[in-house]
Amino acid sequence: MDALLLSRLQFAVTAGFHFLFVPLTIGLALLIAVMETLAFFKKDELYLDMAKFWGKLFLINFAVGVVTGITLEFQFGMNWAAYSVFVGDVFGAPLAIEATTSFFLESTFIGVWMFGWKRVSRGLHLLSIWLVAIGTNLSALWIILANGWMQNPVGYAVRNGRAELTDFAALTLNPYGWTMFFHTVLAAWTVAAFFVMGVSAWHLLRNNRPDFFGRSFRLGAFMALASSLGVLGAGDFNGMMTAKLQPAKFAAMEGVWETEKGVPYNLLVVPDPANERNRVEALGIPKLLSFMAFKDADAEIKGLKDFHPDDRPPFWPVFLSFKLMVALGMFFIAFSAAASWLSLRGTVQRYPLFLKAALAAIPLPYLANQLGWIVTEVGRQPWIVYGLMRTSEGLSQNVGAGQVAFSLVSLGLVYAALGALGIFLTVKYAAAGPAAPAGRA
Amino acid sequence: MDLNTFWFLVWGLLWAVYLALDGFDFGACMAHNFIARTPDERRVVINTIGPVWDGNEVWLVTAGGVTFAAFPPVYASLFSGLYTAMFLLLLSLIFRGVSFEFRGKVEGERWMRFWDFSIAVGGFLPALLLGVLFGNLFRGFPLEGGTIMYGFLDLLNPYALLTAVFFMVIFLHHGLLWLALRAGGPLADRAAAAAGRAWYLVAVLLLAFLAASQAATQLFENYASRPLLYLLPLAAAAGLIRSRAGFSGSPLGAFVGSLVFILALVFTGLAGMYPDLIPALGLRGAGLTAYNSASGAYTLKVMTAVVGIVMPAVIAYQFWVYKVFSPKLTTENLKDLGHYY
Repeated sequence: MDALLLSRLQFAVTAGFHFLFVPLTIGLALLIAVMETLAFFKKDELYLDMAKFWGKLFLINFAVGVVTGITLEFQFGMNWAAYSVFVGDVFGAPLAIEATTSFFLESTFIGVWMFGWKRVSRGLHLLSIWLVAIGTNLSALWIILANGWMQNPVGYAVRNGRAELTDFAALTLNPYGWTMFFHTVLAAWTVAAFFVMGVSAWHLLRNNRPDFFGRSFRLGAFMALASSLGVLGAGDFNGMMTAKLQPAKFAAMEGVWETEKGVPYNLLVVPDPANERNRVEALGIPKLLSFMAFKDADAEIKGLKDFHPDDRPPFWPVFLSFKLMVALGMFFIAFSAAASWLSLRGTVQRYPLFLKAALAAIPLPYLANQLGWIVTEVGRQPWIVYGLMRTSEGLSQNVGAGQVAFSLVSLGLVYAALGALGIFLTVKYAAAGPAAPAGRA
Repeated sequence: MDLNTFWFLVWGLLWAVYLALDGFDFGACMAHNFIARTPDERRVVINTIGPVWDGNEVWLVTAGGVTFAAFPPVYASLFSGLYTAMFLLLLSLIFRGVSFEFRGKVEGERWMRFWDFSIAVGGFLPALLLGVLFGNLFRGFPLEGGTIMYGFLDLLNPYALLTAVFFMVIFLHHGLLWLALRAGGPLADRAAAAAGRAWYLVAVLLLAFLAASQAATQLFENYASRPLLYLLPLAAAAGLIRSRAGFSGSPLGAFVGSLVFILALVFTGLAGMYPDLIPALGLRGAGLTAYNSASGAYTLKVMTAVVGIVMPAVIAYQFWVYKVFSPKLTTENLKDLGHYY
């Protein structure tokens, strides 16, 4: 394997792994902040116990998220030096701003929250978790604005052999970045919400602290419903943005080969990429795809055949990931609606099968998050910056395949161990449940 | 002062503050296994840095991000040219970070021992690697079209190795002073005594480092034309003297002395490098400089506004956090924290 493929693989592994732990912390930080707020204003100690219990699980995942995040920042320079030189003037700014405005905030105040139970007042402690929650979510915004620029480069001019920033407002208001941000962050909240529901379900099945876990379940269910609906809405905008700005990615997502107007949405599609057509197209709803993409039933959608094969993204990973992600998204809405209904009526414990399903559903939003990033990043290929620089042009010229192979294998092993430990500890402490209320003193 | 020089200074300041802050984390990690005699004392060591190490590490992320944004070719050249060294630094920081969180999560002798070992590696290895990095930066690299023409083993030249050992001893001393300040009881006394002994080593290595820099680098060429720069090594020496555990009278004074020493020492080197961020070996001003490698004026202005607004706030709230956690931690009061590693 050559350095290009190895470097791409390493980026995929490290970014994908990072995002196994980050989404939970993005959503859980917010939920914990809500719990501690309720404890503060309602003077209800049960909410404080909830913040502590879910906080413990948060910290385990936060640790893995933090240490794997630095890899990503280092990697641009290590493996993608040519890219870094070409785009640093534009792309570096949001990364530096992320570090100064957001990463400092969350990393500093997580220390206060974690160790400050007896060192700061309750109000300052509450403020700390809110600053952590704001920091993590703001951090996601700046990182995704950086990624959004790779998807839809704006506010720059190519001068002196590089992309130079000309309009900071355009960079920060990049509509592609913002729709991605809402889609991603709401998807992260969905991960946390299903996690809280699933873990609570496990305890409810054992009738362990039903007061504590019934309340946690309800919070999780409401958050899951709100955020999975939000994901759908943001996803709709995201799709429109993609159809307009990255038509090749959109065509691969939907399996569109021919350029046509008034394209139907086929509920069943079996593509045949070797022959550049679909083997089966069935259960079509007339003109729906055109409408979804452009909010115009007669709009023209560009087919993949209109792109030179060198300018098309790999078909199968984009198509399959997208279809599966959408199906999962629909399931999340249905499931969390049912969960909200049952927990609102207070009868959820009467349906053990439903609780078991909630437990089994924990990994699904994680999967959907990964699939979403596969659509976004594989779908951007062959470009590293869409329409501006090819991925193959971004590579470090002075780093050999051997060096990358060494780092890839070592990182792979270390990450596998970290992942196993992270999951093991999360499960261990999730199953252990909260400290007994008497233990608080 | 022009924008490029200003950003050279910001760049240098971020690295210097990172080394001065995470330096004592490294030192505490190094000292962890030999200065603490009981499992409870080990917990105290870890928990003195518990609330702050993560915030300290962000200075590295910021230094990296600012290098990317303000000096893209420097970022690209340094991180790709030192690929393996950067990768090892990354790996050791990963282990250190999770060690703290994972260590206390499972009861068991072997589990604890593994993470204690990992914490020690997470102290020694980054210190040595950062020393190698800065030693080579002070000395310069063979450059071809802005690309560093060095393999991993070339980085381990005598001057860089001396700098690596120097950094390691500086951070160990710094970490011991931190423990003398933040821990209480016999642990703090032992740390202060060990810091007193390590001080001599720091002093001897400082002299060796300055002599070697005179012989093996062009760092002092800038000093000849601007003698005011000699204030920097003088400030470093003053800081070091103040950090002598017995001299200053208070653990806080000694620790602050050590902070000043590290900041001034890093700037002693940076002042010699200017305007180079990555000097060419043997040729002052022929490397990647603040002028030939900077982002455009527009980006630098945007970044100036961001940094000017945000960094004072960051410094203020981090300072506040240090104040919040200033009460001494002992094996007796550790469990009163509510949560601890």
